[in-house]
Amino acid sequence: MTGTMREESLKTDIIVYVIILVIAGLQVLIAYRGGTIGQHVIEFLSLAIIQAGLGVMFFMHLFQEKRSLMFALIPATVFVLLMMNVIWSDSFRLIQMKPWPN
Amino acid sequence: MSQAEVVTVGHGEHYEAPPFSIPSKKLVMWLFIISDAVTFGAMLYGYGYLRNASSNWPTPFKFSPSIVNVMVMTFVLITSSLTMLIGVRKAQAGDKEGSIKWTYITVLLGIVFAALHIREWASMIHEGVTLTHNPWGSGQFGAIFFSITGLHLTHVIGGVIALTVVALGYKRGRYKAADIEIWGLYWHFVDLVWMFVVPMVYLLNVEK
Repeated sequence: MTGTMREESLKTDIIVYVIILVIAGLQVLIAYRGGTIGQHVIEFLSLAIIQAGLGVMFFMHLFQEKRSLMFALIPATVFVLLMMNVIWSDSFRLIQMKPWPN
Repeated sequence: MSQAEVVTVGHGEHYEAPPFSIPSKKLVMWLFIISDAVTFGAMLYGYGYLRNASSNWPTPFKFSPSIVNVMVMTFVLITSSLTMLIGVRKAQAGDKEGSIKWTYITVLLGIVFAALHIREWASMIHEGVTLTHNPWGSGQFGAIFFSITGLHLTHVIGGVIALTVVALGYKRGRYKAADIEIWGLYWHFVDLVWMFVVPMVYLLNVEK
Protein backbone atom coordinates (compact mmCIF):
# COMPACT_ATOMS: atom_id res chain seq x y z
CA MET A 1 0.00 0.00 0.00
CA THR A 2 1.48 3.36 -1.02
CA GLY A 3 1.54 6.43 1.20
CA THR A 4 -1.18 8.14 -0.86
CA MET A 5 -3.43 5.09 -0.67
CA ARG A 6 -2.92 4.94 3.09
CA GLU A 7 -3.89 8.61 3.43
CA GLU A 8 -7.00 7.98 1.30
CA SER A 9 -7.93 4.98 3.47
CA LEU A 10 -7.48 6.99 6.65
CA LYS A 11 -9.66 9.74 5.20
CA THR A 12 -12.40 7.17 4.50
CA ASP A 13 -12.02 5.76 8.02
CA ILE A 14 -12.45 9.20 9.56
CA ILE A 15 -15.51 9.95 7.42
CA VAL A 16 -17.11 6.64 8.49
CA TYR A 17 -16.18 7.37 12.12
CA VAL A 18 -17.89 10.78 11.96
CA ILE A 19 -21.02 9.29 10.30
CA ILE A 20 -21.27 6.65 13.04
CA LEU A 21 -20.93 9.34 15.73
CA VAL A 22 -23.58 11.51 14.06
CA ILE A 23 -25.98 8.55 13.92
CA ALA A 24 -25.34 7.89 17.63
CA GLY A 25 -26.24 11.54 18.34
CA LEU A 26 -29.34 11.25 16.19
CA GLN A 27 -30.51 8.28 18.25
CA VAL A 28 -30.37 10.42 21.41
CA LEU A 29 -32.47 13.12 19.72
CA ILE A 30 -35.02 10.50 18.62
CA ALA A 31 -35.24 9.17 22.18
CA TYR A 32 -36.55 12.54 23.39
CA ARG A 33 -38.90 13.09 20.48
CA GLY A 34 -42.51 12.01 20.83
CA GLY A 35 -43.69 8.68 19.42
CA THR A 36 -44.67 5.20 20.43
CA ILE A 37 -42.24 2.57 21.68
CA GLY A 38 -42.85 0.61 18.46
CA GLN A 39 -41.81 3.58 16.32
CA HIS A 40 -38.74 4.16 18.45
CA VAL A 41 -37.71 0.50 18.21
CA ILE A 42 -37.93 0.57 14.41
CA GLU A 43 -36.02 3.88 14.18
CA PHE A 44 -33.33 2.79 16.65
CA LEU A 45 -32.87 -0.60 15.01
CA SER A 46 -32.68 0.90 11.51
CA LEU A 47 -30.01 3.38 12.58
CA ALA A 48 -28.08 0.72 14.55
CA ILE A 49 -28.11 -1.57 11.51
CA ILE A 50 -26.70 1.26 9.37
CA GLN A 51 -23.98 1.87 11.99
CA ALA A 52 -23.18 -1.85 12.20
CA GLY A 53 -23.13 -2.17 8.41
CA LEU A 54 -20.67 0.73 8.11
CA GLY A 55 -18.53 -0.80 10.87
CA VAL A 56 -18.49 -4.28 9.33
CA MET A 57 -17.75 -3.01 5.83
CA PHE A 58 -15.25 -0.23 6.54
CA PHE A 59 -13.75 -0.93 9.99
CA MET A 60 -13.70 -4.73 9.77
CA HIS A 61 -13.05 -4.64 6.00
CA LEU A 62 -15.45 -7.46 5.20
CA PHE A 63 -16.09 -5.64 1.92
CA GLN A 64 -12.45 -6.15 0.93
CA GLU A 65 -12.43 -9.90 1.65
CA LYS A 66 -13.59 -12.47 -0.90
CA ARG A 67 -17.32 -12.13 -1.53
CA SER A 68 -17.77 -15.81 -0.59
CA LEU A 69 -16.75 -15.01 3.01
CA MET A 70 -19.43 -12.32 3.22
CA PHE A 71 -22.04 -14.66 1.71
CA ALA A 72 -21.05 -17.42 4.14
CA LEU A 73 -21.30 -15.23 7.25
CA ILE A 74 -23.96 -12.58 6.83
CA PRO A 75 -27.04 -14.49 5.53
CA ALA A 76 -26.64 -17.24 8.14
CA THR A 77 -26.36 -14.73 10.98
CA VAL A 78 -29.31 -12.68 9.74
CA PHE A 79 -31.39 -15.85 9.30
CA VAL A 80 -30.75 -16.99 12.89
CA LEU A 81 -31.52 -13.52 14.27
CA LEU A 82 -34.73 -13.28 12.24
CA MET A 83 -35.87 -16.71 13.43
CA MET A 84 -35.70 -15.45 17.02
CA ASN A 85 -38.73 -13.29 16.25
CA VAL A 86 -40.82 -16.36 16.99
CA ILE A 87 -40.87 -15.28 20.67
CA TRP A 88 -43.05 -12.22 20.16
CA SER A 89 -46.41 -13.99 20.04
CA ASP A 90 -45.78 -15.39 23.52
CA SER A 91 -44.58 -12.01 24.76
CA PHE A 92 -47.84 -10.35 23.64
CA ARG A 93 -49.83 -13.22 25.17
CA LEU A 94 -48.15 -12.54 28.53
CA ILE A 95 -49.02 -8.84 28.56
CA GLN A 96 -52.67 -9.65 27.85
CA MET A 97 -52.66 -12.64 30.23
CA LYS A 98 -54.41 -14.85 27.74
CA PRO A 99 -53.30 -18.46 28.11
CA TRP A 100 -53.23 -20.63 25.03
CA PRO A 101 -56.31 -22.88 24.58
CA ASN A 102 -55.83 -26.43 25.83
CA MET B 1 2.75 -38.39 3.61
CA SER B 2 4.52 -39.29 6.83
CA GLN B 3 4.91 -36.96 9.79
CA ALA B 4 8.64 -36.80 9.09
CA GLU B 5 8.01 -35.67 5.53
CA VAL B 6 5.62 -32.98 6.76
CA VAL B 7 8.34 -31.71 9.09
CA THR B 8 11.00 -31.68 6.35
CA VAL B 9 9.08 -30.55 3.26
CA GLY B 10 6.03 -28.83 4.76
CA HIS B 11 2.41 -29.32 3.78
CA GLY B 12 2.87 -28.20 0.19
CA GLU B 13 0.26 -29.21 -2.33
CA HIS B 14 -1.00 -32.09 -0.17
CA TYR B 15 -3.29 -29.75 1.73
CA GLU B 16 -5.99 -27.53 0.34
CA ALA B 17 -5.66 -23.73 0.35
CA PRO B 18 -7.13 -21.81 3.30
CA PRO B 19 -10.90 -21.32 2.96
CA PHE B 20 -12.03 -17.93 1.61
CA SER B 21 -8.34 -17.09 0.98
CA ILE B 22 -7.87 -15.76 4.50
CA PRO B 23 -5.64 -17.11 7.28
CA SER B 24 -7.26 -19.75 9.50
CA LYS B 25 -6.88 -17.53 12.59
CA LYS B 26 -8.86 -14.79 10.89
CA LEU B 27 -11.59 -17.21 9.84
CA VAL B 28 -11.82 -18.51 13.40
CA MET B 29 -12.21 -14.93 14.65
CA TRP B 30 -14.99 -14.28 12.12
CA LEU B 31 -16.78 -17.48 13.21
CA PHE B 32 -16.43 -16.45 16.85
CA ILE B 33 -17.80 -13.00 16.00
CA ILE B 34 -20.93 -14.32 14.30
CA SER B 35 -21.62 -16.78 17.11
CA ASP B 36 -21.14 -13.97 19.63
CA ALA B 37 -23.40 -11.70 17.58
CA VAL B 38 -26.12 -14.33 17.88
CA THR B 39 -25.49 -14.57 21.65
CA PHE B 40 -25.98 -10.81 22.03
CA GLY B 41 -28.94 -11.01 19.67
CA ALA B 42 -30.56 -13.64 21.91
CA MET B 43 -29.93 -11.48 24.99
CA LEU B 44 -31.53 -8.46 23.32
CA TYR B 45 -34.49 -10.53 22.13
CA GLY B 46 -34.90 -11.84 25.70
CA TYR B 47 -34.88 -8.26 26.94
CA GLY B 48 -37.45 -7.27 24.31
CA TYR B 49 -39.65 -10.21 25.33
CA LEU B 50 -39.63 -9.18 29.00
CA ARG B 51 -40.01 -5.47 28.33
CA ASN B 52 -42.96 -6.04 26.02
CA ALA B 53 -44.62 -8.47 28.43
CA SER B 54 -44.25 -6.20 31.45
CA SER B 55 -46.87 -3.62 32.29
CA ASN B 56 -44.63 -1.58 34.60
CA TRP B 57 -41.24 -1.59 32.90
CA PRO B 58 -39.16 1.21 34.46
CA THR B 59 -37.78 4.14 32.45
CA PRO B 60 -35.18 5.39 34.93
CA PHE B 61 -32.45 6.93 32.77
CA LYS B 62 -32.32 10.71 33.29
CA PHE B 63 -30.57 12.85 30.67
CA SER B 64 -28.02 13.84 33.27
CA PRO B 65 -26.11 11.94 34.48
CA SER B 66 -27.16 8.64 32.79
CA ILE B 67 -27.60 9.54 29.11
CA VAL B 68 -24.73 12.06 29.16
CA ASN B 69 -22.54 9.31 30.62
CA VAL B 70 -23.69 6.87 27.91
CA MET B 71 -22.94 9.46 25.21
CA VAL B 72 -19.41 9.91 26.56
CA MET B 73 -18.96 6.11 26.73
CA THR B 74 -20.18 5.79 23.13
CA PHE B 75 -17.80 8.50 21.97
CA VAL B 76 -14.89 6.80 23.76
CA LEU B 77 -15.69 3.36 22.32
CA ILE B 78 -16.24 4.54 18.73
CA THR B 79 -13.03 6.58 18.96
CA SER B 80 -11.21 3.47 20.19
CA SER B 81 -12.35 1.70 17.00
CA LEU B 82 -10.72 4.47 14.96
CA THR B 83 -7.47 4.25 16.94
CA MET B 84 -7.52 0.45 16.51
CA LEU B 85 -7.96 0.94 12.79
CA ILE B 86 -4.94 3.26 12.68
CA GLY B 87 -2.96 0.66 14.68
CA VAL B 88 -3.90 -2.06 12.16
CA ARG B 89 -2.96 0.14 9.20
CA LYS B 90 0.40 0.94 10.81
CA ALA B 91 1.02 -2.78 11.38
CA GLN B 92 0.15 -3.57 7.75
CA ALA B 93 2.55 -0.82 6.61
CA GLY B 94 5.34 -2.38 8.70
CA ASP B 95 5.43 0.47 11.24
CA LYS B 96 5.74 -1.68 14.34
CA GLU B 97 6.31 1.18 16.80
CA GLY B 98 3.34 3.15 15.46
CA SER B 99 1.10 0.11 15.54
CA ILE B 100 1.98 -0.70 19.13
CA LYS B 101 1.47 2.94 20.16
CA TRP B 102 -2.03 3.11 18.60
CA THR B 103 -2.96 -0.29 20.02
CA TYR B 104 -2.03 0.96 23.51
CA ILE B 105 -4.13 4.10 22.94
CA THR B 106 -7.03 1.75 22.09
CA VAL B 107 -6.38 -0.19 25.29
CA LEU B 108 -6.38 3.06 27.27
CA LEU B 109 -9.72 4.09 25.76
CA GLY B 110 -11.08 0.62 26.58
CA ILE B 111 -10.04 1.11 30.21
CA VAL B 112 -11.72 4.54 30.28
CA PHE B 113 -14.91 2.96 28.89
CA ALA B 114 -14.82 0.18 31.50
CA ALA B 115 -14.22 2.70 34.31
CA LEU B 116 -17.19 4.85 33.19
CA HIS B 117 -19.33 1.72 32.98
CA ILE B 118 -18.38 0.52 36.45
CA ARG B 119 -19.07 4.01 37.83
CA GLU B 120 -22.53 3.88 36.27
CA TRP B 121 -23.17 0.43 37.74
CA ALA B 122 -22.09 1.67 41.20
CA SER B 123 -24.47 4.61 40.91
CA MET B 124 -27.38 2.33 39.93
CA ILE B 125 -26.63 -0.13 42.73
CA HIS B 126 -26.52 2.86 45.10
CA GLU B 127 -30.01 3.82 43.88
CA GLY B 128 -31.25 0.37 44.90
CA VAL B 129 -31.09 -1.60 41.63
CA THR B 130 -30.25 -5.27 42.15
CA LEU B 131 -30.76 -8.37 40.02
CA THR B 132 -34.24 -8.85 41.46
CA HIS B 133 -35.39 -5.45 42.75
CA ASN B 134 -35.45 -1.78 41.85
CA PRO B 135 -37.34 1.23 43.18
CA TRP B 136 -39.25 1.92 39.96
CA GLY B 137 -41.13 -1.09 38.58
CA SER B 138 -40.62 -4.57 37.16
CA GLY B 139 -38.03 -6.46 39.19
CA GLN B 140 -36.66 -8.04 36.03
CA PHE B 141 -35.18 -4.71 34.90
CA GLY B 142 -32.03 -5.11 37.00
CA ALA B 143 -31.44 -8.70 35.88
CA ILE B 144 -31.66 -7.86 32.21
CA PHE B 145 -29.77 -4.56 32.52
CA PHE B 146 -26.84 -6.06 34.40
CA SER B 147 -26.81 -9.18 32.18
CA ILE B 148 -26.61 -7.34 28.86
CA THR B 149 -24.29 -4.53 29.93
CA GLY B 150 -22.27 -7.00 32.03
CA LEU B 151 -21.74 -9.32 29.07
CA HIS B 152 -20.62 -6.35 26.99
CA LEU B 153 -18.34 -5.07 29.76
CA THR B 154 -16.80 -8.56 30.00
CA HIS B 155 -16.06 -8.39 26.29
CA VAL B 156 -14.44 -4.96 26.69
CA ILE B 157 -12.26 -6.15 29.57
CA GLY B 158 -11.37 -9.31 27.61
CA GLY B 159 -10.47 -7.14 24.61
CA VAL B 160 -8.30 -4.85 26.72
CA ILE B 161 -6.38 -7.86 28.06
CA ALA B 162 -6.10 -9.53 24.63
CA LEU B 163 -4.91 -6.35 22.88
CA THR B 164 -2.32 -5.73 25.60
CA VAL B 165 -1.00 -9.29 25.29
CA VAL B 166 -0.92 -9.15 21.47
CA ALA B 167 0.76 -5.71 21.44
CA LEU B 168 3.41 -6.91 23.90
CA GLY B 169 3.89 -10.10 21.87
CA TYR B 170 4.13 -8.10 18.63
CA LYS B 171 6.81 -5.92 20.20
CA ARG B 172 8.81 -9.01 21.23
CA GLY B 173 8.34 -10.73 17.86
CA ARG B 174 6.04 -13.44 19.17
CA TYR B 175 3.03 -12.15 17.21
CA LYS B 176 2.76 -10.71 13.72
CA ALA B 177 0.95 -7.78 12.11
CA ALA B 178 -1.85 -10.22 11.17
CA ASP B 179 -2.52 -10.89 14.88
CA ILE B 180 -3.04 -7.17 15.50
CA GLU B 181 -5.53 -7.14 12.60
CA ILE B 182 -7.38 -10.21 13.90
CA TRP B 183 -7.78 -8.78 17.42
CA GLY B 184 -8.73 -5.49 15.81
CA LEU B 185 -11.71 -7.34 14.30
CA TYR B 186 -12.75 -8.42 17.78
CA TRP B 187 -12.46 -4.85 19.09
CA HIS B 188 -14.60 -3.45 16.28
CA PHE B 189 -17.20 -6.12 17.00
CA VAL B 190 -17.38 -5.05 20.66
CA ASP B 191 -17.95 -1.51 19.38
CA LEU B 192 -20.73 -2.67 17.02
CA VAL B 193 -22.56 -4.51 19.80
CA TRP B 194 -22.59 -1.30 21.86
CA MET B 195 -24.39 0.43 18.98
CA PHE B 196 -27.34 -1.90 19.60
CA VAL B 197 -27.11 -1.92 23.40
CA VAL B 198 -27.30 1.88 23.73
CA PRO B 199 -30.60 2.46 21.89
CA MET B 200 -32.30 -0.72 23.07
CA VAL B 201 -31.28 -0.75 26.74
CA TYR B 202 -30.74 2.95 27.51
CA LEU B 203 -32.54 5.16 25.01
CA LEU B 204 -35.79 3.15 25.07
CA ASN B 205 -35.85 3.64 28.84
CA VAL B 206 -35.19 7.35 29.20
CA GLU B 207 -37.11 9.36 31.77
CA LYS B 208 -39.16 12.03 29.96
